[in-house]
Amino acid sequence: MAATRKQTRSRAAPDVMFKVEGLTKVYRTGELDIHALSGVDLTLYEGELAVLLGPSGSGKSTLLNILGGLDTATAGHAWFRGDEITALSERELTQFRRNHVGFVFQFYNLIPSLSARENVALVTEISTNPMAPDEALELVGLDHRLDHFPAQLSGGEQQRVAIARAIAKRPEVLLCDEPTGALDSKTGVRVLETLTSVNEELGTTTAIITHNAAIKDIAHRVFYFSDGRITKTDVNKRRVTPDKVHW
Amino acid sequence: MSVLDKKLLRDVKRLWAQALAIAMVMAAGVATLILGVGAYRSLDETRSAYYERYNFGDIFATVRRAPEGLKQRILEIPGVSAAETRIVKFALLDIEGMAEPATGMAMSIPDYRQANLNRRYLRSGRFPEPDSTGEVTVNENFALAHGFGIGSTFKAVLNGNKRTLSIVGIALSPEFIYAVGPGDLIPDPRRFGIMWMSENALAAIFDLEGAFNSVVVKLLRKTDQAEAIKQLDDILERYGGTGAYGRKDQLSHAFLDAELKGLAAMSRVTPPIFLLVSAFLINMTLSRLIALEREQIGLLKAIGYRRLTIGMHYIKLILIISAVGIVIGSVAGTWLGQGLTILYADFFHFPFLIFRRNPDLYVIAAAISGAAAVAGGVRAVYHALTLPPAVAMSPPAPTQYAHLGIERLASLKIYSHLTMMALRHTLRWPVRSGLTILGISLSGAVLIMALFTLDSIEFMIDTIFFQSDRQDATLNFNDERPIRIMQAVQQLPGVLTAEPYRTVAVRIHNGHLNRKLTITGKPPDTDLSRVLDLELRPVTLPETGLVLSEKVAQILKARRGDLVWVEVLEGRRGLKRVPVTEISQSYLGLSVFMNLDALNKMLEESPLVSGAHISYDDARTDALYKEIKRTPEISGIAIQSASLAKFRETVAKNIYIMTTVYIGLSLIIAFGVVYNSARIQLSERAREFASLRVLGFTRGEVSRVLLTELGLLVALSIPLGWLIGYGFAWAVIRGFENDLYRVPFIIENGTYATASFIVLASAAISAAIVRRRIDRLDMVRALKTRE
Ligand SMILES: Nc1ncnc2c1ncn2[C@@H]1O[C@H](COP(=O)(O)OP(=O)(O)O)[C@@H](O)[C@H]1O
Ligand SMILES: [Mg+2]
Repeated sequence: MAATRKQTRSRAAPDVMFKVEGLTKVYRTGELDIHALSGVDLTLYEGELAVLLGPSGSGKSTLLNILGGLDTATAGHAWFRGDEITALSERELTQFRRNHVGFVFQFYNLIPSLSARENVALVTEISTNPMAPDEALELVGLDHRLDHFPAQLSGGEQQRVAIARAIAKRPEVLLCDEPTGALDSKTGVRVLETLTSVNEELGTTTAIITHNAAIKDIAHRVFYFSDGRITKTDVNKRRVTPDKVHW
Repeated sequence: MSVLDKKLLRDVKRLWAQALAIAMVMAAGVATLILGVGAYRSLDETRSAYYERYNFGDIFATVRRAPEGLKQRILEIPGVSAAETRIVKFALLDIEGMAEPATGMAMSIPDYRQANLNRRYLRSGRFPEPDSTGEVTVNENFALAHGFGIGSTFKAVLNGNKRTLSIVGIALSPEFIYAVGPGDLIPDPRRFGIMWMSENALAAIFDLEGAFNSVVVKLLRKTDQAEAIKQLDDILERYGGTGAYGRKDQLSHAFLDAELKGLAAMSRVTPPIFLLVSAFLINMTLSRLIALEREQIGLLKAIGYRRLTIGMHYIKLILIISAVGIVIGSVAGTWLGQGLTILYADFFHFPFLIFRRNPDLYVIAAAISGAAAVAGGVRAVYHALTLPPAVAMSPPAPTQYAHLGIERLASLKIYSHLTMMALRHTLRWPVRSGLTILGISLSGAVLIMALFTLDSIEFMIDTIFFQSDRQDATLNFNDERPIRIMQAVQQLPGVLTAEPYRTVAVRIHNGHLNRKLTITGKPPDTDLSRVLDLELRPVTLPETGLVLSEKVAQILKARRGDLVWVEVLEGRRGLKRVPVTEISQSYLGLSVFMNLDALNKMLEESPLVSGAHISYDDARTDALYKEIKRTPEISGIAIQSASLAKFRETVAKNIYIMTTVYIGLSLIIAFGVVYNSARIQLSERAREFASLRVLGFTRGEVSRVLLTELGLLVALSIPLGWLIGYGFAWAVIRGFENDLYRVPFIIENGTYATASFIVLASAAISAAIVRRRIDRLDMVRALKTRE
């Protein structure tokens, strides 16, 4: 499988999915300004699985939120397939999120009053070419939990519902903010397996935030964050499958 | 059904208790408007239709004796469309089983034709046969008060002869919706009845063949009433006319009008206040409720839902709650309103009842409540939508709390860190805390508004019956009598004190303003029937001049020291210039007082009196009544304790009924608001409280944080509620004023206390419910998912 992928990638120059230049985000909270991002440059390619690694507070979430159209930048630019995200209006941002992006959040953010299937259906209802909610849940191995409410699911299960919700609309990009942050190692591995298989099978460009260095080995490329900047970029010569990861 | 709609239904289910509480507050506001205004409108319309169908006259006049031929001249007055002449005489009644004497008003009905004006509605039986001297048809209230039916008999002294009268019919008349006896302030159907008798028979009994002593006139629309009255007075003057008057001085109409005005006051002021208060509370509550949905709104936005879609989702929730509130309010309001209307109509003895349908009220009530609710929701949704989804979804960043500057007192152990949490939280959100305080205080304020009328009425009763008119009874003489009759009165069995009085019909003019009134002359320093000044202190009647009650002074725009013209309408008549020497307080009627000597001097007559106020020994009541019945000079007796009872039954009762309904609705509002404040406060801080529990704090300790906050807010709301309640009450009292009675503006401390007690009790119950929720707080769940 991995071999096939590599071939695909090396056959031609892959398309650029995200391009970021000098992205800056300043939070003004009372007396002092917090520079969450201070000039980030970055390029993500189609089909790539990237890991963003860095200590807490280094600006990873901020970057991902801006890429996903959840937040706005103070300065700098970001493009999605040639469209400048940082120049989009509120309405266009909504359209962008709806049509192109899938999110997975650290705290799952499921709607407590909706069952697993309904949480997924919430997204498929407004997508143009979604998979059936049951199918998405099957992909994350939760076909036996369709009618459970979030409160009746374990943390890992909730996170997988969140992933199912994110992939059900067949997004071009999947942005995951510490998807395993609240999970134990074993459950975390299952979640990572789900993410890598989605990346491989659907070709979804995937960005995963973590502050857990062990996870970096599953990525094609790793971006190191520190103090609102990318300090280093690694290309993994040899990726490992998630089941080899432990923490 | 879309998933979003499923979420909607589940949200409604999850929030049902709060949603219902909000809906009930809304329902109370809606219901108040519909029932208050609806009942008033129905009664007002019923009265108009009653007057119309039974041809109630516009002008009324009494003469000593006028020839029947005068009717033609009266009909020729411009604007007069109909006139009815009749004979009206008072008679002392002797009714079996009734110790005190009663008074009857014998009124003629034409013998061989229908009456044109003031027609009667026959409840049962028939009208007396032409020329029959022994048959009467009586008014329903009188029959009911004595348990009379067709065939019952009683005795009446008609022109000195005692006759037995047999009841052949029971009727209602627009002229006597309230039948007020001579000298009475309050209708008392036991002691005063209307007896309709054959005109020919009455003429024969009272030697009034071919003559009349009372006339009713109907005017064409848009006729100048004052001008018609003047012309009528000119015609009647020679025949002993005491001045014609319009409906506003017709006692029954004035009473009914006063009652309806009271209702109108309560429906024009109170329901809008209720509605606006409930609208404000709904707005505030829903706005906070929706604010709790911040994270979910953020998520919906993050996964690509449009703002409009999200907004609509929450607006639907609000509309569902509003619909429930509006439906409950409309149904309850309609039902209560009809019940109230029937109750009042029964009380007024209307022969029929017209229910006004009031689509406008439903629309207004629904629109105001609905709009307030939607506005509250939209504000919150809009606020959540303006946040970038990333911010909306993240747990709110730790709030920046400020030091209170009292932390150093911690060493004194008068409060713990938990108390500090509560205090800081309250102060950190001054707007939110302020709104909650305002909301709770409004619920207290509407309670005060509903409750205070009882205080005012009690104060009024105390002033009238225990400060001002303290006599046991008032005797009316059948004609003016020389003052030496007082010696005879003094000698009646059981009489302890007797004070004379004299009444004179006058019209007082001040500039272009004038009003037909009665001047009451009394000795300067009376002990039983006293005149009170504006501070409610007894007044010594000055040697000259008039003492106007505040209301009369207001009507005539007269002030102390002004010179006014007194047009005497009795005896020798004449126009006198008299100064206003004092202004008095009087809650009942339009009273004008004068020193008895000064009055007699002004009339240029030897000292005469019209009646006496007496106090007597209760043990000798029977002997006294027996003697009075035997005394031809006395035409009636008004017993103060009976009047008080009647007062409570009429004026007070009508206000009580409405007040009770309003109190019920205020209770709902008070509870709904406090409960919601407590619940929302809990939701807003569920995570924080769960964390505290995780850290090892006990349930009691955690509850204390919330309850301290709630207690603080409720405590601060109480004085504010008093202040706002005072304002509301003031607005209500202003609407109560009319010519017959004025309700003083009195709020007893007890009322403030009761209102606060109810708010505190609501808070305690809400606290208990919330406390149970804290006890059941699922720590893990609260930390895991974010509700
Ligand atoms: N809403 C906010 N207001 C103020 N500061 C914020 C906000 N969100 C994030 N920050 C600050 O921005 C910096 C970067 O945050 P974040 O991107 O969440 O870091 P990471 O995800 O790498 O832990 C941190 O210092 C954080 O405190
Ligand atoms: Mg982060």
